[in-house]
Amino acid sequence: MKISGYSHKFGDDVSTDIIIPGRFFHLRSNLVELAKHLMEDAKQGFIDKIKRGDFIVGGKNFGCGSSREHAPTIIKMAGIKAVLAKSFARIFFRNAINLGLLVIECDTDGIEDGDYLTIDGDGFIENKRTGKRIEFVSLSPFMKKILEDGGLVEYVKKHKGI
Amino acid sequence: MTLTQKIISKKAGKPVKEGEIVIVEVDSCFLQDGTGPLAIKRLKELEIEKISPPKRSVVFIDHSSPSPNLSLSNDHKLLRDFAGENNIILSDIGEGVCHQRMAEDFVKPGDIVIGSDSHTCTGGGLGAFATGMGSTDLAVILAIKKTYLKVCEAILVEITGKFSKGVYAKDLILYLIGKIKADGASYKALEFKGKELDIEERLTISNMAIECGAKAGLFPSDEKTREFLKKRGREDDYLPFKPDNDAEYIEKIRIETPSLVPYISLPHSVDNVVPVSEKEGLKIDQVFIGTCTNGRISDLRIAASILKGKKAKTRLLVCPASRNIYLSAMKEGVIKALVEAGAVILPPGCGPCVGIHQGVLADGEICLSTANRNFKGRMGNPNSEIYLCSPATAAASALYGKITDPREIL
Repeated sequence: MKISGYSHKFGDDVSTDIIIPGRFFHLRSNLVELAKHLMEDAKQGFIDKIKRGDFIVGGKNFGCGSSREHAPTIIKMAGIKAVLAKSFARIFFRNAINLGLLVIECDTDGIEDGDYLTIDGDGFIENKRTGKRIEFVSLSPFMKKILEDGGLVEYVKKHKGI
Repeated sequence: MTLTQKIISKKAGKPVKEGEIVIVEVDSCFLQDGTGPLAIKRLKELEIEKISPPKRSVVFIDHSSPSPNLSLSNDHKLLRDFAGENNIILSDIGEGVCHQRMAEDFVKPGDIVIGSDSHTCTGGGLGAFATGMGSTDLAVILAIKKTYLKVCEAILVEITGKFSKGVYAKDLILYLIGKIKADGASYKALEFKGKELDIEERLTISNMAIECGAKAGLFPSDEKTREFLKKRGREDDYLPFKPDNDAEYIEKIRIETPSLVPYISLPHSVDNVVPVSEKEGLKIDQVFIGTCTNGRISDLRIAASILKGKKAKTRLLVCPASRNIYLSAMKEGVIKALVEAGAVILPPGCGPCVGIHQGVLADGEICLSTANRNFKGRMGNPNSEIYLCSPATAAASALYGKITDPREIL
């Protein structure tokens, strides 16, 4: 598996309050409207800058804070194909896998905003600008299976349980 | 074995090792109004004819309660109907914050408790393995009672001694988070050892385990746990649980409470912690005392003891964490003292913590809060600032209209 796209770079400790602030709570049952506010407190008009297949790239502890699954849900809805970060907060990581959104833990220091990246399922990322390869450790077989089935809902339906 | 391993092993029916992924039956689970509607949506996507939820499953309406607008009213209705149709316990508006209510009436020592809220770790204060997950996980748990868990390593935090005057459990947990940072316990459990701490203190500490990334924050259950459960009329729920003497921890941290001072967390991250004395004199616009971290009776008592017979110089919002706490505070005269000092009492629930309603800040304003998060925009306005502290620091600061070390007036 190989997927390519442009990077949208963010810093450390991106909280789910930054991904989708609580003041939009009233839109939570209207995900299409909610998605329009994705990351807007970090980058004004971010939703309009995304092209389908792009990647979000963070620093350490990406997705910290609230368990709101709306955060990875609207990242996926916005057309983001993967989130790369030095480390993830546990609940965000789990939510992303459960939704079938690819999350990769890797060294993101050498990635800048707008870099064209190719993720190779064999465990590395190529950065076209720098020509460098960034290696990453694959998910555990169980998590991989959930991801490949398209998320936990599909997994449970297919396997009649967990 | 650590306490974490012991509880998961019991549920998995075999001794578990760190790093292993196991399937366990969940004892107790809950939804709240922020994440519940999405869980119901996912449950529909599962296309299961009849759901089979854990016996102690609860739906809470606490994050925006009572509803401030039409769309949230419809979300609330969805949750009420869901609870009614599936015979699930409903904790409606005014009953209180899910984590406090769970501790009062539902969490048992040794349980696996899963809530669709990151502060579910609060239940660790009673010796349960309690952790937050997302809406999809909760949908699956409601459908088939089960979830998958990765057995995590644990950090031991040994707490010894008694607090100095003006220093509380909140100061301790802020100090710890400042020390190990926002991701210091990522993918790990924090296991506390602190016999002397009472249950309300333990709940405050466990509540904030997630703020350093921890999956859970557990205390062994002991006689104090039994007493707490007895007062809630459920002594039968008591079970003693503690780690083995030879339990292996990946790290051990020792905190001697007499050496702690009042701490404050600066915007916009919880781990940005300094002694209150370093920020003294900073003018504040609003003080908020409440939440699942510090809206318990002992917190309100401290605030009332500082403010009684005086007037707050800031806007002062007080939100008891549950109806039970509200009633006790009324009986004891705590509410009267606070109202006379200028406090606005909010209905039990999450109040302004999540930024949906009740006390949204204006541009450039500063709020001093006893909550657990000060992320940018958390209280509804990204152009405002939130500082976190203990109820004593909050009350003392309200009194002077600026950040004040409570030791000066106690």
